[in-house]
Amino acid sequence: MSNLFDLLVAGLATGAIYALVAVGFTLLWQTSQTINFAQGEFVMLPAFLMLAVMHVGAPFWLAIILGILLSMILLGLAFKMLLVDPMMRHGVLPLAIATMALAIGIKEAVKQFFSAEASPFPSIVPTGDISVLGHAISLQSIGVLVVAILAVVGLTTLLNRTSLGHQMQAAAQNPTVARIIGVPVERMILLTFLINAFLVALASLLITPIYLAKFSSGEVLGQAAFIAAIVGGFNQVRGAIAGGLLIGVLDNLAASYVSTQYRAAVPLLVLIIVILFRPQGLLGRAEERTV
Amino acid sequence: MKSTLLGTLLAVAMATSAFAQPIKLADVAELSGGGATVGTNWKNGIDLAIEEINAKGGVLGRKLEVTHADSQSNPGVARAQVQKALDAEPYVLLGPGYSGSVKVTAPLAAEAGIAQIMGGEAAELTQGGNKFLFRTSFGQQSSMPKVAKYIHDDMKAKTVAVVWVNNDFGRGGRDVVVKELDRLGSKVVADLSTEAGQADFAADVGKIKAANPDAVFVYLNEEESARILKELKRQGVTAPLMGETTLIGQKVIELAGDAANGARGHVGLTTDAPVDLIKGFRDRFSKKYNYVPDHNGLKGYLAVYMVKATTEKMGKVDPKAFADTLHGLTIKAADEPGILMDVTFSETGDIDRQSFLVEVVEGKQVVKQVLPKVK
Repeated sequence: MSNLFDLLVAGLATGAIYALVAVGFTLLWQTSQTINFAQGEFVMLPAFLMLAVMHVGAPFWLAIILGILLSMILLGLAFKMLLVDPMMRHGVLPLAIATMALAIGIKEAVKQFFSAEASPFPSIVPTGDISVLGHAISLQSIGVLVVAILAVVGLTTLLNRTSLGHQMQAAAQNPTVARIIGVPVERMILLTFLINAFLVALASLLITPIYLAKFSSGEVLGQAAFIAAIVGGFNQVRGAIAGGLLIGVLDNLAASYVSTQYRAAVPLLVLIIVILFRPQGLLGRAEERTV
Repeated sequence: MKSTLLGTLLAVAMATSAFAQPIKLADVAELSGGGATVGTNWKNGIDLAIEEINAKGGVLGRKLEVTHADSQSNPGVARAQVQKALDAEPYVLLGPGYSGSVKVTAPLAAEAGIAQIMGGEAAELTQGGNKFLFRTSFGQQSSMPKVAKYIHDDMKAKTVAVVWVNNDFGRGGRDVVVKELDRLGSKVVADLSTEAGQADFAADVGKIKAANPDAVFVYLNEEESARILKELKRQGVTAPLMGETTLIGQKVIELAGDAANGARGHVGLTTDAPVDLIKGFRDRFSKKYNYVPDHNGLKGYLAVYMVKATTEKMGKVDPKAFADTLHGLTIKAADEPGILMDVTFSETGDIDRQSFLVEVVEGKQVVKQVLPKVK
């Protein structure tokens, strides 16, 4: 039982990171029909940007700030202007394939520029345990959960409670009407790209101390987050959150109670079941787009 | 007279050209993928040794030359790269470092009659009667009994959790250590296989915690070792940790940070060994590459000096006779300082050499015991 509790906490912590990445997936899809297959690499890159800043002598806190800013410029602004905008007019599929190429490009560039070897990455949360209901829970797990929950709450507040959020919703639901009523649709779309870049940089900051900074670490994350987004509902932020947490917990439970060899198969199995019986995802709505 | 002179000149010219022709070695290593730490160290060790040997005039007056190819830590790619390397007819083949890659490439080298000096440690590699395969470090059949004995005798562990990576290397080590622990009377209470490249060890560590063993034997590749060490610390597992070189290597310490402290391992080769020649190697390597090598750097370095010592023993560069000469050969560090420690090669290509029991103390490998050469 104690083991189950530990597994749930660890699973939720991992799942919260998946959720951050999955939310980014849904945001991009909702506002610009971009299926970003480089999302995993988007999580891998900010850690290296932060390491690069630290390499020139900056302290960790400054590296975090600069790393997030650089990520927003590269993975938000540049990604939209240099890849999504030119490819968009050719349709969803060419754009999706272009993001696959981008994933390979980012991976190889990091391998070439940094190294193929893993690098250590400092943690924003100190190591150690605290006791909750008689269980020792690592501060790192709690830190990851808290940061991820804060990010998600902040995002949903932005989307649902502010004028900016409503404009983004309008731009996603019906760009033509939104334009007519004066919503700066292009700017709203750019904003979602920047938010996505912020979320992946945050995920990178949280996951890299555990997974280590490595050029290939985005592969697993990208896949998990993609599955999470589909399972939860590709057209709902809350679906992506639920999907992320579910996949994180399931992955850990499967590794413990099924087998480590088959752990990767379990989320895929869930994906197949969801696609067969509830294609819009657990919390998604059929034929609707909203952020 | 004129033609005699011309003939002599021609003969001298030909002899000089043969004399100057470099000895070609081929290296296939894990330069990217999961084994990048292994392969990069191995490659750098090779390059350092070649640079040193060439600076001193080469082997029998001929320079050494090496080509490096990347196996991408993938046995399939390794096989293709080895085939390509063998097509260029090298004097000796160096690498790969991963046992799985060695397993699929060894038949190719044997068929070509080219000696292969590799970094793999899986027990089975030298048990198939391959006459061309040589180790640079202990095979698991030599190291694991020492590990099991230490867990039973020194750690006094009655129950042990065994975590291993599900590949040739991990499975080979797991099989020997579980058998030995059983023989000695230590019970394996958790037998956990993990995947190569695995990032999340929360569930595996949860299982270890639930089994509550007296000691944990960890047998994974370097990066995964670092990840599981962090997770073990994160989940507060306090049982002593025992492993092999892959648990307490320099790269693992760098990646795992504090979490590596207290981990112990049996090490065939370590750059922290209390041996002057090894300290010298470590200094030269660190100076050239700006980092402290792990045992794979030593392995690559030794592989080249094995080529040098064997060739000088033969007195000629003869790829066909190379393997025969190396079988049964003892190379003394006093005669060939590059070999760093006295070493004897068996008829199967296995090695006998002194080894070390190491503990990580405050981020440094500290040699606790020196285990002598068996024969």
